[in-house]
Amino acid sequence: MGEVIRITAPLTDDTVSKLKSDDSVLITGVMYTGRDAAHKRMVDALNRGEELPFDIRGQIIYYVGPSPAKPGKPIGSAGPTTSYRMDAYAPALIKLGLKGMIGKGWRAKDVIDACIKYRAVYFGATGGAGALIARSIKKSDIIAYDDLGPEAVRRIEVVDFPAIVINDAYGNDLYVKGVEVYKQI
Amino acid sequence: MREIKAKQITETVGNLCTKANFDIPEDVMKVLRDAHNREVSPQGKDVLKQIIENDEIAHNEEVPMCQDTGLAVFFVELGQEVHITGGLITEAINEGVRKGYKDGYLRKSTCNPFTRKNVGDNTPAIIHYEIVPGDKIKITMAAKGGGSENMSRVMMMKPSDGLEGIKKYIVERVKESGSNPCPPVIVGVGIGGTFERSAIIAKKSLLRPLDVPNPDPELDKLENELLTSINKLGIGPMGLGGRVTALAVHIIVEPCHIASLPLAVNIQCHSARHKEIII
Repeated sequence: MGEVIRITAPLTDDTVSKLKSDDSVLITGVMYTGRDAAHKRMVDALNRGEELPFDIRGQIIYYVGPSPAKPGKPIGSAGPTTSYRMDAYAPALIKLGLKGMIGKGWRAKDVIDACIKYRAVYFGATGGAGALIARSIKKSDIIAYDDLGPEAVRRIEVVDFPAIVINDAYGNDLYVKGVEVYKQI
Repeated sequence: MREIKAKQITETVGNLCTKANFDIPEDVMKVLRDAHNREVSPQGKDVLKQIIENDEIAHNEEVPMCQDTGLAVFFVELGQEVHITGGLITEAINEGVRKGYKDGYLRKSTCNPFTRKNVGDNTPAIIHYEIVPGDKIKITMAAKGGGSENMSRVMMMKPSDGLEGIKKYIVERVKESGSNPCPPVIVGVGIGGTFERSAIIAKKSLLRPLDVPNPDPELDKLENELLTSINKLGIGPMGLGGRVTALAVHIIVEPCHIASLPLAVNIQCHSARHKEIII
């Protein structure tokens, strides 16, 4: 864990190539949210030859199903959800230009391989820290799949969203590296 | 017979749902602060700092500490001298869940298992009833998130697997769960009973406050031994590596069939939300 790096979303190839596993980052800019049911719909749409609800090139998808916003707030609690459930869909989206994913928990080999091949990164955010993370989300608008409720796709504007690089574009994995340092059995 | 109105149960349950999601129990917060002090991994220490700060924000601003406000799980101890009037207790609890999850801006997470269509009001609640002596009702609400619940398992062990097999399975289960269930976790273990009973007692064990030792000295010893083993795995807070993978291990044991050795491991994330009230 070194100094905190400030980055801007959407991500450029240049930014992605500079990020290394174990880097702490603060993300500012625009991102999109999507989780289980939204991912299924997006990939089903692609398979039918239809367009995605937003231009995915360069974007970060945050795996989150926020709680409802209290009056006057842009969003409710908004911590990351477990990412492996999106593993079946992520490689297809990375191939189309998705540059970042934020969630929690390990990813399948296919996803890690796609990150290397197409230059993308997987960030971890602190699970359960939904009230804290929500403070960095300044604006939130549902742009697709409204009927999915908490799983709808949102366009969010963030300032200094805290995350850690887990899988970089070079095949490094903090979940493997970090545990190796501290394991005693 | 003491009369208790269904409406009062609804009101109480609504409040339990919101309060449980806003306020981390004091015993959990104390253990999280201890964990923050002793964690040696810089990333792990930072994660614990974020968790503590998060739980303080949730309490102060009355917002859910985690966006996954869970399925609403209830353990109800129903005094057999109680007469509930004005409606059915199960419906009264479900109405309380509808109200609490709406009024508290809590996320509704129940859906049809096949179509995945959201039910929209977070019902039905998962309710475990126990008839007890007396004329009171004790209602404990636990908000159980999906991430940690998905890492839980029931394993029908062979009697010959014995204690060593049990210990090995529990540690292995936490290892395989890795970063997914939001460590540091609390590991609830149910040993004995039947297939379904083991799962219920594993979940029930999570209700014991973290500063209350297991009343059985042998089980207390076993809990501490397992906690030490689990914390040697190196998974650490949010799986980024570290010494604090679990905050506690809790075990409940009940007799089982001579042919069976049911073992349930119910993983609870650090956001250990539960609240009880006696009416």
